[in-house]
Amino acid sequence: MAAPRFWREIPSRYNLLGTRCRNCGKVFFPPRYLCPQCGRKGNVEPYKVKGKGKIISFTEVYSPAPAFEKQVPYIIALIELEEGCRVLAQLTDTAGQEVKIGEEVEMVFRKISEEGEIICYGYKARPVKSS
Amino acid sequence: MRKVAIIGVGTTKFGELWWSSFRELVMEAGIRALEDAGIGGDDIDAIYVGNMSGGQFIRQEHLACLIADHAGLNPLPCTRVEAACASGGLALRQAMIAVASGMHDIVVAAGVEKMSDVIGEGAVGALASASDQEWEAFVGATFPSLYALMARRHMYEFGTTEEQMALVAVKNHAFAARNPCAQYHTKISVEDVLRSPPVCTPLKLLDCSPISDGAACVVLAPAEEAKRYTDTPILIAGSGHATDTLALHSRRSLVQLDATVEAAREAYRMAGLTPSEVQVAEVHDCFTIAEIMAIEDLGFCKKGEGGKMTEEGQTNLGGKVVVNPSGGLKGKGHPVGATGIAQAVEIVLQLRGEAGKRQVEGAQVGLTHNVGGTGGTAVVHIFRRMG
Repeated sequence: MAAPRFWREIPSRYNLLGTRCRNCGKVFFPPRYLCPQCGRKGNVEPYKVKGKGKIISFTEVYSPAPAFEKQVPYIIALIELEEGCRVLAQLTDTAGQEVKIGEEVEMVFRKISEEGEIICYGYKARPVKSS
Repeated sequence: MRKVAIIGVGTTKFGELWWSSFRELVMEAGIRALEDAGIGGDDIDAIYVGNMSGGQFIRQEHLACLIADHAGLNPLPCTRVEAACASGGLALRQAMIAVASGMHDIVVAAGVEKMSDVIGEGAVGALASASDQEWEAFVGATFPSLYALMARRHMYEFGTTEEQMALVAVKNHAFAARNPCAQYHTKISVEDVLRSPPVCTPLKLLDCSPISDGAACVVLAPAEEAKRYTDTPILIAGSGHATDTLALHSRRSLVQLDATVEAAREAYRMAGLTPSEVQVAEVHDCFTIAEIMAIEDLGFCKKGEGGKMTEEGQTNLGGKVVVNPSGGLKGKGHPVGATGIAQAVEIVLQLRGEAGKRQVEGAQVGLTHNVGGTGGTAVVHIFRRMG
């Protein structure tokens, strides 16, 4: 990946900065720059999501993408955030056999991959332990 | 708008064809289709070619020019169409629109992909480019992992089982064994699928379609002139094309491809037909769960009952609708850009009664269903014999 392509998404990847439509209030994370419902009537503004949500579905990956070979097996989950939007993330601090649909998770800052000389950081999700 | 018919079809064998180059594959399929239609290159007015990613698989772009050149047909207009794995189906639709509009008369719709020469990040990386690079591939999602998320959710919501998914692969391999052009001629059992190595749980190796090389072509003509070329022209009775969000996280549902539902609705409306009238269908089984979702989304059964319908044999010979008699993407192979055209080739052979050992007896109405990415594009066509 070219460095600028990673760099320009850093606010979202490090700080969960998405967008929100001023017209209908819908929150987008990952960010959208045009509200699909409101079109030009909408007006999206930056909006930081809290990073808390629940697992909608998950999979344990054994046949990885090239930059993720050292992490096999790793878990990819689709997460619905409290703000109503969904995001794809790796799960961390858990094992495949423990994961359940509906489980509550929170986003944490982690290293994602190394691509050549670029180390990519971003969010992963970890289970919220109910104690 | 003029009605459009298919007057000739041709395909290469599908598989890891180390000895065949991209240009040899597309010429082989093209010549067969032209011979089948009984026409020469001079008769063609235009070509549309579906190809997903020549740039990544063989580092060759400008493919439409290459094909017109090597077919000896310059200065014939040739257009490449790209919609990931639905490139072929969309090329067929563009070719149909060109004839229907009256702009052209005889048009070739081709599809080709040469995947086994892959360099760089490999086929996994190339295929992942049909997903969202910034928000899916970036976090480590592969193409199978995205379908695995749909499979897990389908199991959760409807009780679909890994055995039911395995039965899709078993059926499609059994059909492929009867198709001389198929990549695989090995029959497999449910046990074989369940014991195959995990790719992305719950999907295992034998739930996944393979990496393939191959090409396919069909020749289109105005329906009113089609009988001049063949005794058995096949009418393209309906055509539908719909898009959905690129990324899975933006979808309304994980267990339904809304693009398939929309494209099918349009195709059924145009054809004036209902799902129960379709006797044979080639659907996009890039993964076994994809066939289960497809037969639901195309209206062959209710949402959530695709696993049960498969288990009851309703998609096999003698069933309600025979699904993927060619072997499908799973058994016949999945050279991505060629797939949508190859599906049309199979349905034409079925409706002509020329499908050999896999013939669906008395088939009059057939359907093809081609999906791009994880469902961001869907193209559905409905075909029928002309009286």
